[in-house]
Amino acid sequence: MPVDETVNPVEPFLRSDRMPHIWCPGCGIGTTVNCFARALIESKIDLQSLALVSGIGCTGRVAGYVKLDSFHTTHGRAIPFATGLKLANPKLNVVVYSGDGDLAAIGGNHLIHAARRNIDLKVICVNNLIYAMTGGQTAPTTPGHATTSTNPYGTFEPAFNLPHLVEAAGAVYIARWTTFHVRQLARSMSEAFSKKGFSFIEVISPCPTLYQRRNKMGDGLDTMKYYKEKSKTRHGAPTNEVGLTLNGEIVVGKFVDRDRPDYEAMMRGQYVEALGDRYVECGEMVCS
Amino acid sequence: MLIIITFSSGRLPFLKGDPVAKGTVHIVVERCKACGFCVEFCPTHVLALSSAFNSKGYHPPHVIHPENCSGCDLCGMYCPDFAIYSKKVNTGGGK
Repeated sequence: MPVDETVNPVEPFLRSDRMPHIWCPGCGIGTTVNCFARALIESKIDLQSLALVSGIGCTGRVAGYVKLDSFHTTHGRAIPFATGLKLANPKLNVVVYSGDGDLAAIGGNHLIHAARRNIDLKVICVNNLIYAMTGGQTAPTTPGHATTSTNPYGTFEPAFNLPHLVEAAGAVYIARWTTFHVRQLARSMSEAFSKKGFSFIEVISPCPTLYQRRNKMGDGLDTMKYYKEKSKTRHGAPTNEVGLTLNGEIVVGKFVDRDRPDYEAMMRGQYVEALGDRYVECGEMVCS
Repeated sequence: MLIIITFSSGRLPFLKGDPVAKGTVHIVVERCKACGFCVEFCPTHVLALSSAFNSKGYHPPHVIHPENCSGCDLCGMYCPDFAIYSKKVNTGGGK
């Protein structure tokens, strides 16, 4: 792609005709898209081999704003859709870009099963700790004591610790950053592209309109300052210790980086063992 | 007497008059939603929110210290609205 000095370096990755986007002032989703575009530039990935899949929600809108092969799927079904894409054309790099409500709540089962099968997907989960698009209801990731529209006297349900959940299910690469850690986030995304298997990157992002306002935490900028002050980088931290609290420390870093055979390798191994020469690779059959 | 301190990385500390990286900031005023991330996190404090409005009624940032910009593009990475970016200017200094 030719470098033009007069435009933003991420402009070639955006559908400029759809800007300005719908995200609120101070929302961090745009920042994560920015990091994603820069990770694409850095990793020099072939954009023709890349597909981006989103579910429903504020973060689900990413699919409509990036100039890539992108799909805006039904609620919670971003991972099954991406699994289908990957199985039909194993040469594709498939990225799932969605929110915590989409991936961990309605799509929670898909998340753990994709991690268990170790399908080669890069999942970027923008976690704003609430259902933002529908009006600020309690999500499975909302930390205890937070006030939401469905828990006006504070939440009392224990929240999901997403890195712990996907590690237990079998993901090979797990990192967490906040929208304050832009360079680290872009580097993590580049690393995930070069990793074979189920990669999960959680990005803690402010929701100034619903979560921060209801919990009297100020606006997006105040939240970014809070991330700067309260986040601690601990690479390789045991994921059972990285749960989020309302006002406490946020442990960030690369928690897991391991190797396990991915779905495709396991499928090939099993079928070659059972069928021998009669087994034909899917790619050779339909995608030539 | 000239004392030269060498760090383990082999880099020398900056001395007055050393060439430093320079850059320019570009702002797309109409996209800005005035979240203030670029103003707060610019390492050399080049920006400030202006009192002028854009057509949506937000106060976009403006450049108050253009000479301090190093072209690191951190403003561009933080901006959630893709409304600002900086580019390095080739002065022969900095890396």
